[in-house]
This record gives sequence, C-alpha cells and structure tokens, in this order.
Amino acid sequence: MGKTMAEKILSFHAKKDVMPGEIITVDVDLAFVQDGTGPLTVDQFNKLNFEDVKTKSLVFIDHASPSPRKELSNTQSKLRGFCKKTSAEIFDIGEGISHQIVAEKYAKPGDVIVGADSHSCTAGALGAFATGMGSTDIALAYGLGKVWFKVPESYKIVLNGKLQKGVYAKDIILYLIGLIGADGATYKALEFSGEAIKDLSMESRLTISNMAVEAGAKVGLFPTDEKTKEYLKMQGREKDFKEIFPDKDAKYEKVIEIDISKIEPQVAFPHTVDNTRNISEVGKVKIDQVYIGTCTNGRIEDLRIVAAILKNKKKAEDLRLIIAPASKDVYLQAIKEGLIDIFIKSGATILPPGCGPCVGVHAGVPGDGEKLLSTQNRNFHGRAGNPNSEIYLSSPATAAATAINGYITDPREVF
Amino acid sequence: MLKGKVWKFGDNISTDHIAPGRYFHLRSNLPELAKHVLEDAREDFATKVEKGDIIVGGKNFGLGSSREHAPRIIKVAGVSCVIAKSFARIFYRNSINIGLPVIEIKENEIDDINEGDELEIDTEKGIILNITQNKNYTFIPFPKFINTLLEIGGIDEYVKKYGDYGV
Repeated sequence: MGKTMAEKILSFHAKKDVMPGEIITVDVDLAFVQDGTGPLTVDQFNKLNFEDVKTKSLVFIDHASPSPRKELSNTQSKLRGFCKKTSAEIFDIGEGISHQIVAEKYAKPGDVIVGADSHSCTAGALGAFATGMGSTDIALAYGLGKVWFKVPESYKIVLNGKLQKGVYAKDIILYLIGLIGADGATYKALEFSGEAIKDLSMESRLTISNMAVEAGAKVGLFPTDEKTKEYLKMQGREKDFKEIFPDKDAKYEKVIEIDISKIEPQVAFPHTVDNTRNISEVGKVKIDQVYIGTCTNGRIEDLRIVAAILKNKKKAEDLRLIIAPASKDVYLQAIKEGLIDIFIKSGATILPPGCGPCVGVHAGVPGDGEKLLSTQNRNFHGRAGNPNSEIYLSSPATAAATAINGYITDPREVF
Repeated sequence: MLKGKVWKFGDNISTDHIAPGRYFHLRSNLPELAKHVLEDAREDFATKVEKGDIIVGGKNFGLGSSREHAPRIIKVAGVSCVIAKSFARIFYRNSINIGLPVIEIKENEIDDINEGDELEIDTEKGIILNITQNKNYTFIPFPKFINTLLEIGGIDEYVKKYGDYGV
C-alpha cells in the first residue's frame, strides 16, 4: 500500500514499514531547545546521567533575548555551560529564532527533527518530519539520539488556484485553521499539495507549516520541488536536497480542497486562532500596537512586503509599530536592501531577532485594554504578557496597512 | 485509584492560561510558578486547589506551547488527574511523560460532571465513579506502556530504570 510523506519518513527512520496508530522509536537527525524549555531539558539530561549528546543538538537563546531579568540570565548561563560541557551547539542572543535558523542552516528533506518548542513544525516546509515536544522528550532525544512517536494519520490539504493581490500565505493558513478549527487536525500530519503549492515560495511554505500546530497537527509537510532546491542552493546547501513526495496511492484520512483565489485577507480575532474573519467583515477596529516579526512572519519576504507598504509613509500617530527580523541573516539582508531605513523613517521601533513580544516575556507588552495586531501565530488570552489586552492576527501586509491607518485595514487599499 | 473533587474549566484552556508567559522567569522554580497555575483562566485556583483535586476541562485542553512546565505545575499544585473532552497533542504527550494521568471521556459525561463533585478513578480498569451523583463513566484504559509510565512516575524514571524506551 502507498505511503504518505509522514509514513515514508518515519518508516525510513524506524528502519521498518510503519502504519498509522503504531507506536515506534525512531532515530532523530536534529534536536533542539530554546531558553524557555532548555533549562528543564538540561536538568533532565543531568538527572538521567547522560554524558554527551548522541545526535545533532542545538540550543537557542531566542525567547528572552537579550535577557530582561536576572533569573533568566542565570538560566541562560546554565544553557551556555551545557553547550561547553557537551557537543551541543549554541545560538546565542542576536542570532535569531530557532525555527528560522533550523530552516536556513539545518533542516533537510526527509529528516526527523524534534524541538522543545511547539512551532518546530516549521521545518515541514522543507519536507522534514519536524514536530514540537516537551523538555524531557528533548533531553531523551539528546541523550539517546531517538524518540518515541505514534505514527499519525494524514490529512491531504489540496491548494488550487492563484492568490489575489494583497493575499498571502498567512491568509491561507489562517483561512484553513478557521475552516477546520483549532483542534481540527489534532494528532494528524497535514500534507500540502495541489497546483498552487508550486507558486508558493519557501518562505511562504514556512509560514504555513509553522502554523500547522494551531490546527492541532503534529507536522505540516510540503513535498520537495524546484523551490526547495532553489532555497537550499541560496543557503549554500544544495547537497541537502532530496526528493520527498507521497506515493500516488497513499491513504489519507481526509482530503480538504481549497480554492485559494477565493480567499480574502484574514484576521483572527481574540482569543483563539480559529476565530477568523474575512477582512471585509472586520469593521473599524482601532489598534494600539502593531508587531511584525516572529517565527511565522519575520522573514525577508515578509519584510519586503511591509517595506513596500511603509515606504515614504508614517505610522499612525497614536500607534506603536514594532518590527523584528527573524534572524541575523534576515536582519543583515534587510539592512542591505534598505528596508530597515524605511521602517525607522516610518516610525517603527526595530527589535533584535527573537521571540520576546510574542510570548509576553519582554519588549512590547501591551497595556490594559489595549488591542494588538500581530503577525505572530497565536492570540491566546494573556499570550502577549497582559491578560487584559487583546491580540488580533494577520499577514504582514495587513499589519503594515493597519500601522499606517491606526485601525485594521485591508492591504489592498494601500497598494 | 485516584480520588478528589472537581474543578471545572471550559474549552480551549491554553498553556498560556496554565503557565502564563509573564511568569517566564519562574520556569526554573516550579513551586513558585505553580502559585500562578491556571491564573488566567481562574484567579483563585492556585490558592484554593487541594491535593488530589481533579481538573475537568472541555475541548482541546492544553493547546499551545510545548512548555512541559504546564502539566508539571498542575502536578506540583497537587492535581491528581485531568479529564477533558479532548486534549491538545503536546500537552497530552507531556502529561504522560511526566506521569500526570490525562483522560478523555464523552462530551455529555463531561457536561454531566459538576464543579465540586467527588470522583474516584480506576486508571487500570477505565472507570470513573462520580461519588456525589452516584454515576459511572468509562474510558478506554491506557495501553500497558502508558500505565507503566504513570506508575513509575514518568518517561525519565522509565528510561533511568530500563535504559531505553519501552516501545
């Protein structure tokens, strides 16, 4: 019987044919933690008396980066110490967000990647079985070089048609989550296919795979193609390319077809990601702060779109605009292309690469009663650090248009 | 056998409700972090919860972050078990890994359970007795691997004892 992408990758790593529902142990190609989940991983690694890591192991300091408090500085020192003592490698402050760096430098088609961060599924865009798990799981992945999995059933998401001007990958994934719900794909592997995916850049695919977990999914996979090859070549990793695609007779639990040409810009209202609306149904919602960045939408493609909208324009007077590139490489590229210049002149505050405002740790915590529009991936109650504020989610284009007007704005109006 | 009184929560209780990001700096101090457990869903929970109490949630309990701190502080706070209509994947996995029983039962049974009801749970047989209402609910008992994990106190203890995963 034919296999889905998830079944193919897991079979290869388990060294046997696997079936959905089966519990298996597989070798992992890459395991990583960040500064929120990492200290507990180090404690567990030590408790289990492991001496060194048995797979490619990374540590990212991206959540409280740079540290705003002594308690966090101390836990970050612990992570640095762990990387000195073992073969694990550290990406310290300023380097960027784990998922972006994993995509840029490490993820290979066909890999099994596990991270102690729920958005580890981002690397599915490159055809890697990438998923988030807990600190103890990663301590075991570090120490044993393998993890246990239940093989997921797969949903095939068929994307057809062409996006309208002003509509982006973020709108596709928000639309899908709105359609199936925040638990619509719990435990499942999402596998994207259809004629429209060949038009989606790797950066767009990363945005879509990043949010697979917001529908409950374990992984969001794209088959590899010319776009995958181009991206790896651009990163100097041409040799990492491998063809990964589902068998023609692969069995899916469900098939969902979406004509993306009918999708409008989407906005997720507080406090769940599936609380989405078409922009034409949003009305006039005044916004106090716009945040553009994160592992969902802090890539160079996103910043280019934002710059095209903000060029020679000013943000609304009583709105704060915060922009953060997803990684050092994205930051350098944005400087080279003059994007940072445009942002600062428009009134934006530029933050170093990192996760701070999205997780409510530091930099950009909203005040009581304030409304935040963000390009991040979730808008849960209290997520941005203040339970008395509200978070709306959108594409970078909608966020930039909103920054200019001060209220949620259809980006098609400002192009 | 687990026994305790019920605290009821609604649908989509996220890890941000359970372990809010603004207490990020307390993550290396679980007893302190546990003082804020579920604070954004119910302010008085952490101060009033008692050892053995049972959380009964709605759909998609524990959605969001991979932070293992979420089930850990539920356990540190003394909660013996979480019962819900459904769980988010990572929260479910983390709970099993750290030895916190998580049980799914039918929607109408969850709706039937009231705040303050006293429950007795037999995880091996898959039976929940609602002592207050004198009713029984059933669930599919855990597979042996998971029951062993729960008994032994988590995947770390398991691997420490056997040197590898049991699957």
